[in-house]
Amino acid sequence: MKIIKLLPKTGVFAENKDIARDIRIKDITPVLEKNEEITLDFEGVESATQSFIHALISGSIRDFGNEILDNIYFKNCNKSVQEIINIVVDYMQAAT
Amino acid sequence: MKIHIPNSAWLGNIDPFLRNFDTSNPEILQITANKQWISIHPMVIAMIAALGLSLKPKQVECETIEARSKHYLKRMGLFDFLKIDSGIEITEHEPAGRFIPLKQIINSEKLTEFITEVIPLLHLSPEHAEPIRYILSELMRNVFEHAESKIGVIMCAQYYKKSNTIRIGIVDRGVGILKTISALHRAKTDLEAIRLALTPGITGTTKRIGGTDYNAGAGLFFIKSIATVNKDFFLIYSGNGMYKLLKADNRKDIRLHADPFRDKHSKGENFPYWQGTAVGIDINLDSTEEFSFLLDLIRKSYSRAVREQRKAYYKAKFI
Repeated sequence: MKIIKLLPKTGVFAENKDIARDIRIKDITPVLEKNEEITLDFEGVESATQSFIHALISGSIRDFGNEILDNIYFKNCNKSVQEIINIVVDYMQAAT
Repeated sequence: MKIHIPNSAWLGNIDPFLRNFDTSNPEILQITANKQWISIHPMVIAMIAALGLSLKPKQVECETIEARSKHYLKRMGLFDFLKIDSGIEITEHEPAGRFIPLKQIINSEKLTEFITEVIPLLHLSPEHAEPIRYILSELMRNVFEHAESKIGVIMCAQYYKKSNTIRIGIVDRGVGILKTISALHRAKTDLEAIRLALTPGITGTTKRIGGTDYNAGAGLFFIKSIATVNKDFFLIYSGNGMYKLLKADNRKDIRLHADPFRDKHSKGENFPYWQGTAVGIDINLDSTEEFSFLLDLIRKSYSRAVREQRKAYYKAKFI
């Protein structure tokens, strides 16, 4: 399983959508295309914006379907980051 | 253009200031001010700075500011932005913990630097810093994505100890919300466009409710929700339209409405034309809910709101 540590790319506040999109295109999509699993490790990330998480994962949910969430693991998320991820996952599933 | 800095202009009583803004003769900016005392929201300062930035110094005429509180304008950096000599002398003290003077941020990378470097200077506890950096990031990133503002984004903020409130102003001189929204959605007036921009799932980047893989159309709804839950003022002024979220009644349960017109608000669509968008928000730190609690409330309402919006938007066409 591929593990992506977000802190070195995002800093403690994950808010830059351009970085999120880069991570999705360069790191996440190639793994999911091979139907492999990936872990997004948020260790050290204090908070994230909805825009960041949306740019990070919504494209994958849209491209591969809701079931792709079985292949994505979110690790070391604090309560706020978990809430934001849940919001995005909820509305993306509601949208499909 | 003529702009008068009044005795008092906070988000609660800002309407007369906005209505008095004279947009005629855009080649000249004439600034006058109350002669006794000036007590104004950072959004007002950011607006004046943004106007000045679009002009050359010789196009700016600023009367001698006599008000006893004139040092505040100097300290916030207004005259530096206008590139004029105010004649006001001050001894500058470290702003840490008190205010963020006027900043011009021109791109996404600079925004990340700003958020990283400046927010810690406000000396906030983590639970207070979290919603503030969230709001700053989302509002300013909106400018870079949608506004096409040649001057980028202008912001400043002030902490008020007595009310334990942070007041923030964020202003651009871009294309305005109407142009962005109406390219893909049905909006004829600035106010209609502001209403749609605040509605979850609607973005200026796609006709599709729910957005694209890069934009969800959620940013402004989140900011409005944060202000609603914390019972704070939140104002958007763009073109001739102005929407102001008013402080919610303390005794009532909080409801997050998809339609901003269902929130306690005031609005108008015949204000003097503001090229671009100006946003003001107050965050009372006494009433700031734990951020994760606030997000939980948003989560419970957001998906339902997008579904409702989609149903309301897409109708069967019978011919």
